[in-house]
This record gives sequence, C-alpha cells and structure tokens, in this order.
Amino acid sequence: MPENWTVRAITRATLPLLVVLSTVELGSGLVLGSVEEQLLASPSLLVLVPVTIGTAGNLGSVLAARLSTAVHLGTVSFEPDDDALVGNAVATFALAATVFPVVGLGAWTTAELAAGATRLSPLRVVLVATVAGAVLAVLAVAVTLAATYVAYRRGLDPDDVVIPVVTNTCDVLGVVVLVAVASVLAP
Amino acid sequence: MTMREVAASAYREALPALAASVVGGLFAGAVLGGMRAELSDVPGLLVLVPALLATRGNVYGSLGARLATGLHQGLLEPKFDLGNDRLRGAIAAALANGVLVSILAAVLTYVALTALGSSPASLHVLVLVAAIAGVLSGLALTVAVVSVVVVGFRRGLDPDTFVGPVVTTTGDFVGLAVLLLAVRLVTAALGGL
Repeated sequence: MPENWTVRAITRATLPLLVVLSTVELGSGLVLGSVEEQLLASPSLLVLVPVTIGTAGNLGSVLAARLSTAVHLGTVSFEPDDDALVGNAVATFALAATVFPVVGLGAWTTAELAAGATRLSPLRVVLVATVAGAVLAVLAVAVTLAATYVAYRRGLDPDDVVIPVVTNTCDVLGVVVLVAVASVLAP
Repeated sequence: MTMREVAASAYREALPALAASVVGGLFAGAVLGGMRAELSDVPGLLVLVPALLATRGNVYGSLGARLATGLHQGLLEPKFDLGNDRLRGAIAAALANGVLVSILAAVLTYVALTALGSSPASLHVLVLVAAIAGVLSGLALTVAVVSVVVVGFRRGLDPDTFVGPVVTTTGDFVGLAVLLLAVRLVTAALGGL
C-alpha cells in the first residue's frame, strides 16, 4: 500500500486488478444475460441473483480472512487433518446450510411483494437456494484453500491478493451455480 | 483449539455479518425485481450488473482498508478534513477509478454482446448509465465509508473488522437503486431510447 496517497500512485496500484476483476465479472454478466428471459419471467429467481452473489462472496471472504490470519499467525499447516483448516471449512458449510434456506424464502417473499406475480412456489425457491448454497459452499472452500495456499507458497501477503480474488471468484460462481441449479430444478 | 471449537467460533463470528448482508442483498433483489421494464428496455443492462456491483465493493472496500491503515499508522487524523491532501487523494482516486472501471465495463459489455451476435442498447446509453450510476453510488459510498471509519476509529474500534460489511451492505442498498435512477435519467434526457 503506497504511503504516497496521490491519485496517480493509488491508481497505479489498484487499477490493473480492478480491470481484471471487472472483466471476470463480465463473464458472470454474460451468463445472466443468456437466461435473461427466464429471469424476467420468474421474479423470484431475479431477486435471488444479488443476494446469492453477495452471500457466496461473503462466505468466501470470511473464510479467506480467517485463513489469512491463521497463515500470519502460523497456526495453519495445509494438511488434510489440520484443525484450523477443517474447522473453518466445516463452519463454511454450516453457515451455508443456515443462511441459504432463509435466502430462498426471503427471495420468494420479496418477489411476491416487489413484483406481484411469482411463477414459482415458495418451496421450489427455497429448494433452488439451498441446493445452490450447498454447491457454492463446496466451491468457496476449494477456491479459498487453493488461493490461500498459492499465496502462502509464493510468499505473498494473503490479505492483499486472496480476499479480492476469492470474493470475485465466488461472485461469478454464485451466478453460474444459481443459473445451473435453477435450470434443473425450476425450468 | 480443536476442530470443533474452531468451527463453532467461526460460525458464531460470521453469522451476524452474513445475516446483515442477506437483508441488504434482498433489498437489492427487490430493486432488481422491480426494474424488469428497464431491463427489457435497455438490453445489456443485466449483463452489466455483476461488474458494476463488484466494482463498488472492490474500489470502496479498498478505500476503507486504506483509510483504516492510514489511521492505524498515524498518517491520517480521525477527522473530516477535505483540506487534508491524503484524504482528498484517497477519495479522488476511489471516485476516479470507480467511474473509469464502470465505463470500461459498459464498453466491454457492448463489445462482448455485439461479438456474440446479440443486439445491446447503443454504446452511449450503456456508458452514460454506467457513468452516472458510478458517480452517484461513489458519492454515497464515500460518505458511508469515511464516516464509519472515522467515527469508529474515534470510538476506539478497529475499522478493519467492520468496513468490509459496511461497504457490502451500503453497496447493496445503493448500487441497484442508483442504477435504476441512472436508467430513468438517461431515458428521460434522451427522450426514449
């Protein structure tokens, strides 16, 4: 982080990553665009989009922040039976299992209130959100472990790289998984 | 700590922030669900949404982290002084980068959709919408980030622990609402599209 806080110095430090990340996010935008008609016809699914992106990104960023701290403190070993590693992964699955059913019910209720007509039953929307959430938790753990491990092996500070990379990757995966699960469970 | 203790403490610490972001995300979803007419009128707008939302989080999350570090290192005084070169530089850089990346996302969206053979709204409409939304959400997020970081630091809190969720939640509440406003402004100014 530059101590010289000029527009030029800050831009030089952050703009390249911002451009890469927004190009990656464009990929998830194109996935959304490819099912635009289906989303416009089912407001519940449209409402699910931002909240799924946000929750998936947050699950990844919380895990990444905790693993980064564990790396700094030297309390993580990247072995399959490491308590810090397995414990944080288990917490991520438990958080997803708690939050995503609520996300589904909230999305259905919001769509009913904001858009009026909903095509899908509340149970169907809860099912889509819960299955998408379970798949996302597995992917978030895999992506975070891989990114933290690579940063750790290369001697990079995980705080600088891992959190933005993981958050944006989980954003994109959130859209892709939601669209895939919805096309199977709520065609 | 045993595996079970690690899992339990991680779960307890993360759940409140996650729950708050769900509320923000559902509000964003309500705005998105309520702007189906605009999404149909401006083809390509939905494709732009993830990039615009992510840019807010990335730019203003980074502003929050920078201000928090500056306060910790004593580079910055915990007060609202726009005469301070560092504070002004950090804010100006965030606004400039946020708007620049939003415009770039609009151009890339237009190019990608055209290359894929679909017909997006015209380039100047997408760019104008992205730029106006970038300026408006940038101003709102700057006010939110600078105030919570400065006020939190003055009260003896570590801004690093709450600036992330504050940016995410404010971004959810503001991001899509200003996008809707920007579409309406551009539509009104251009007299239909």
